[in-house]
Amino acid sequence: MSAPAIPANIPQPPAELQRQPLVANYRSFGWISDRVCGLAEGKAPFWWWVMFVPSVLLLGMLLFCLSYQISTGVGVWGNMHPVMWGWDIINFVWWIGIGHAGTLISAILFLFRQRWRTAVNRAAEAMTIFAVMCAGIYPAMHVGRVWYDWWLFPIPNANSIWPQFRSPLMWDVFAVSTYFTVSVLFWYMGLIPDLAVMRDRATTKLRQFLYGLFSLGWTGSNRHWSNYEKAYLLLAGLSTPLVLSVHSIVSLDFSVSQLPGWHTTIFPPYFVAGAIFSGFGMVLTLLIPLRSMFKLQDIITMRHIDIMCKVTLATGSIVGYAYAMEFFIAWYSGSPNERFHFMNRALGPYMWGWIPMISCNVILPQLFWIKWFRQNLVAVFIMSIIVNVGMWFERFVIIVIGLHRDFIPSNWGYYRPSIIDICTYIGTFGLFFTCFLLFIRFLPMIAISEVKGVTPQSDPHHPMGGAKHVEKEEEA
Amino acid sequence: MARPYGIIAEFTNAASVMHAAETVRDAGFRKWDVFTPFPVHGMDRAMGLKNSKVGWFTFLGGVAGYTTGMLMIWWMNAYDYRIVVGGKPMFSPYSAFPPSYELTILFGAFGSLFGMLFLNRLPRLHHPLLKNKRFALVTHDRFFVVIECNDPKYSEVETRKLLENAGSKHIELVEDED
Repeated sequence: MSAPAIPANIPQPPAELQRQPLVANYRSFGWISDRVCGLAEGKAPFWWWVMFVPSVLLLGMLLFCLSYQISTGVGVWGNMHPVMWGWDIINFVWWIGIGHAGTLISAILFLFRQRWRTAVNRAAEAMTIFAVMCAGIYPAMHVGRVWYDWWLFPIPNANSIWPQFRSPLMWDVFAVSTYFTVSVLFWYMGLIPDLAVMRDRATTKLRQFLYGLFSLGWTGSNRHWSNYEKAYLLLAGLSTPLVLSVHSIVSLDFSVSQLPGWHTTIFPPYFVAGAIFSGFGMVLTLLIPLRSMFKLQDIITMRHIDIMCKVTLATGSIVGYAYAMEFFIAWYSGSPNERFHFMNRALGPYMWGWIPMISCNVILPQLFWIKWFRQNLVAVFIMSIIVNVGMWFERFVIIVIGLHRDFIPSNWGYYRPSIIDICTYIGTFGLFFTCFLLFIRFLPMIAISEVKGVTPQSDPHHPMGGAKHVEKEEEA
Repeated sequence: MARPYGIIAEFTNAASVMHAAETVRDAGFRKWDVFTPFPVHGMDRAMGLKNSKVGWFTFLGGVAGYTTGMLMIWWMNAYDYRIVVGGKPMFSPYSAFPPSYELTILFGAFGSLFGMLFLNRLPRLHHPLLKNKRFALVTHDRFFVVIECNDPKYSEVETRKLLENAGSKHIELVEDED
């Protein structure tokens, strides 16, 4: 790693422009290109292979489990009356929730002019896409006869019957498929200028051809940037209501039903907050090791980590409020079924699922109030994993505890996952990490042109951007 | 046969290229452009560009998406093959709203991306500037002003002098190979 290239005398900007730069050590434009593109050039580092080989093996296990399930039937899972939604829907909601942080970072923070987002948005958007891919497996598989999955799309089946749009499950099909498509479009559009950077640096014919093809002939023309920036703003404006609607619609899968514990109006905002909470957990899990291994400390600074910890704390506390409010409403409603459900949630046979949910999502993230804790990378990394363990238990609590004691005690049961359930879930990590590792190997994992655009020298009115300021005092 | 495409002038920082752009704009050139590694704020005004038209494509996409959703659901569930489910109405704008809302966003997003590509005339497999070695630095850390030879005000000597006076240290004529 080269020594920080701090210019000998940095001209001081006027007071209204003085801010802590987002890119540390006054790195130059060229340094940003070299550092980020360098990660996707040359030989893969050893640790990359150490991560990649097990990921591919886990992906193989996923394919085996899915083939076994398709050829045998959904009976290979632990789903059994009365718990007809088990790990399949838990993992679907868990993975799709993780995706939400990527869109929050890329779209909502863009609209709020949070310029720090540029350092993490590319990797977070990639995480979104791969997480939605993992999520998409479950609804496609849990129908049992996957060769009839096309019935979900607005195509008439053999009896000319159309899909039933009065069901929230159909809304979910549209929400998730739109979410995936728009996330890919947004991600790809952001990549176009950076693929052009890769194209102009490429040394082999193959790389020149492929990066050249996918950068679509981008030249960096300002007439193009003008349209590009407008389109980016519009896509951010479209993705914001999209991401809020996706997990709202996922929550409607539950809340439109009549079941105690599911039938609540608080679900949409509560699910969205939980999704962003878990997604930021995953962003931290991925970026803290990558930042050290790829020596990106000047781009993903401690300030970035600090802000992400604060977002995690805020959303975790919203989730905590929602948990408390569910209990309050159960008591306040006076409905014996509601009251029973929530007593059963906290003290019933699945108490072992409720306790980690409360401790991992509400109690432990409160440590993020302490600055020392937010600045300690090991502590933040461990907490980021705890967050996602907690969020997994949240979906377990909602789905399994919601179903396992039906209205009549003769309809009560105890759900256990099968070994295939467990292996399929572990296998989805193989899919996720295989995709993510390939992404960091072949594509710029930091939005190069955006990061260049937040440096002080990118501003034509900043002294480091070449602006010459007339001293007003001298004139007077 | 090679014929001249345009004159390129290199700049090393954002402020100097912006001042150069203002000079070229005021000189009344039409077929010219500024090339930067990242979008420079204020450059649209320095070049005299109008607001981008991408929004119209997004708007049309969104309207098309919402209309498609509502009409599709009404036609499928309330007209073409009616099935009573739980005594609910055959068509209700409330239950049809979530999928239509998603389609609004989906078509709007397609409108934004493809509208942007259409307005920029991309994808483009060949561009004379991309053949130039020096110009490859535009994605790295350099800024360029390019004035095309078929601009009515273009003259090899005068235009070169204009760009030199604007502060460019490296000026080059780029040719287009047919």
